[in-house]
Amino acid sequence: MSAIETTYREALRQALIDAMNEDPDIVVLGEEVGLYGGAYGVTKGLIDQFGPERILDTPISEAAIVGAAVGAAMSGLRPVAELMYVDFVGIVMDQLANQAAKIRYMFGGQIGVPMVLRSQGGTGRSAAAQHSQSLEAWMAHVPGLRLAMPATVNDAYHLLRHALTLPDPVVFLEHKGLYVQKGTLDTAQPDAPWGKAVVRRAGHDLTIVTYSKMLLESLAAAEQLAAQGVSAEVIDLRTLNPLDEETVANSVRRTHRAMVVTEAHLTGGFSAELSARIHESCFDHLEEPVARVAGEDIPIPVSPPLERNAVPNAQLITETGLWLVQRKAPAWAL
Amino acid sequence: MSTDNRLLHALYRDMRRIRSLEERVSELFVRSESAGSMLHLSIGEEGIAGVVHAMERQDSFTTHHRGHGIFVARGAEPARMLAEIAGKANGYCRGKGGSMHIADMGLGHLGANAIVGGGIAHAVGAALAYKRKKQPRVSVAFFGDGAMQQGILYESMNLAALWSLPVVFACINNQYGMGTRVDRAAANLAFDDRARAFGLDGVIVDGADVELVHETAERVLSNARQGKPGFMSLTCYRFYGHARMDKSPYRDEAEEAAGRARDPLKKARDKLIARGAKAAELDALDAEIAAEMDAALEAAVNSSLPSVDSMFEDVFAPDQPKPVPVRTRLNAILSEAAK
Ligand SMILES: Cc1ncc(C[n+]2csc(CCOP(=O)(O)OP(=O)(O)O)c2C)c(N)n1
Ligand SMILES: [Mg+2]
Repeated sequence: MSAIETTYREALRQALIDAMNEDPDIVVLGEEVGLYGGAYGVTKGLIDQFGPERILDTPISEAAIVGAAVGAAMSGLRPVAELMYVDFVGIVMDQLANQAAKIRYMFGGQIGVPMVLRSQGGTGRSAAAQHSQSLEAWMAHVPGLRLAMPATVNDAYHLLRHALTLPDPVVFLEHKGLYVQKGTLDTAQPDAPWGKAVVRRAGHDLTIVTYSKMLLESLAAAEQLAAQGVSAEVIDLRTLNPLDEETVANSVRRTHRAMVVTEAHLTGGFSAELSARIHESCFDHLEEPVARVAGEDIPIPVSPPLERNAVPNAQLITETGLWLVQRKAPAWAL
Repeated sequence: MSTDNRLLHALYRDMRRIRSLEERVSELFVRSESAGSMLHLSIGEEGIAGVVHAMERQDSFTTHHRGHGIFVARGAEPARMLAEIAGKANGYCRGKGGSMHIADMGLGHLGANAIVGGGIAHAVGAALAYKRKKQPRVSVAFFGDGAMQQGILYESMNLAALWSLPVVFACINNQYGMGTRVDRAAANLAFDDRARAFGLDGVIVDGADVELVHETAERVLSNARQGKPGFMSLTCYRFYGHARMDKSPYRDEAEEAAGRARDPLKKARDKLIARGAKAAELDALDAEIAAEMDAALEAAVNSSLPSVDSMFEDVFAPDQPKPVPVRTRLNAILSEAAK
């Protein structure tokens, strides 16, 4: 099939359909995934196509949804459990972190847990403190979990397809602000292999490392930076586990300056991990400390102007880039 | 007015205020003045006024994402509620929480919750505190039928019964959790049996009959006050979609018509009239409430948004250090590097 223009949502849906057609062991379970078609429409129509035996609407019982997915994965199925909002992972953390992630290891490699936990996070809908978080650091801290966070339409499709072939549990985090994002899907051609970062824009003055929706803000910032004479390279990590340190290090060794951009809170966030690794791998090449542009260390407020200011945007990325490269201090710097 | 009529009249007033407020919440959305679209209306569930009316001033409660109605019945100021729902600085939670997180400690509202089942155990904990402090208070956990399938409810029920706590579990069974009808979420709909299995009193009551709800709640609350925790489930119907954007394509019109025919407000009004109330008087009351809510709506719309700096407040107590803003940190790091 040749490339088509579609949305992030449709690409995810197509990935589920194609994977389910190829692998009869795949089942989807979660709240509102069937009749309703998914809270954000990703599973729309799947129940008509695959029937209620494979598309299972569940009660509001997150711990059991994920726990049952673990047991089913150990017993011959390949479940896709949907957690409507990543914030609800608080309820399932035992099943995810203590069970799914550790079963292969604790049991000496006898069995794996080939399941995918799909969820979505992020701000943008005034959904408030319990429906807007970016919790990837919670999962990234757990050995035994793979973690994918697609930013583009093609990645939405291919990363999900690949996740559904892996022998171990994968947490697959979408962004609520990306579902309507348009882009090109080529089902025959992934942007890169699973586990490899992609340079979305080449540049030589500065490396911006990011993932998920912040890729869009970073690319917009790179455009603004270019207009001011700064050439920024933008790297999309695509998966946080596995983490492609090589692509990042190769870039920073050329540009000598790095910025990490995440929507997630700064403190204890994945931005800290990335910054540490860049410092470790590129110490002698860095002209400036790695700058972290991240979400504020506050719960997400409901009020639109507050919510907007709680997370980074292209302007902040641009200002930080100008400071890193040209020593041009922004208005908020003294 | 006889005592009976006076009570029903008061309940009718509460119920009308709930519906009237919710209509303004909807209008806030239509006028693009609400903070987001995750607005869950309690229209059809006004019978909850019977439970709230049975509570005493010193009692407390927790609610769920569909909690506006409970709080209105408790005596909330509509203007401050609507201001919160619009994300304004003078809202109940300073524009931090919004529709799904309204709270007011002054009125014993320990908080609305956007995690299904998230507030239930808080009522148990409140009851534990009242018991230990020998205060004659009851805490009521309000939640939907969807939360009947969350594990924490059963852990909470067991604790309540085990420790004989002054707590009431009040389920608002509006027949749906989002697009899932309750019979697609539970194999056994005798929710009262579940409570009894834990050693609680359990009762299912017609939520369209506010007098019956009130009478039942008085009994359940009075038992709870004596250390006999209880469970009650109000059978009602969610008149509209799950949230403001949902058009309920998963249910048919005949079902909706039948559900809406079980209207707690209309039922109370018909009863009042049958007992001698004048339609004109009730119309006048309705108009008075509508005017109050219209004024509240305009007040909310005309209120100010919070200052951006206020977002760093309330993460910790006011006398504690605030989180350091990202810009401040970048400023410090890059200035240092420039030296
Ligand atoms: C833990 C958790 N799971 C899922 C959701 C998403 N969600 C919000 S409301 C809702 C339905 C709740 O149904 P019910 O408890 O009956 O309350 P109702 O909406 O009918 O008032 C769902 C699934 C959530 N907010 N929290
Ligand atoms: Mg319900």
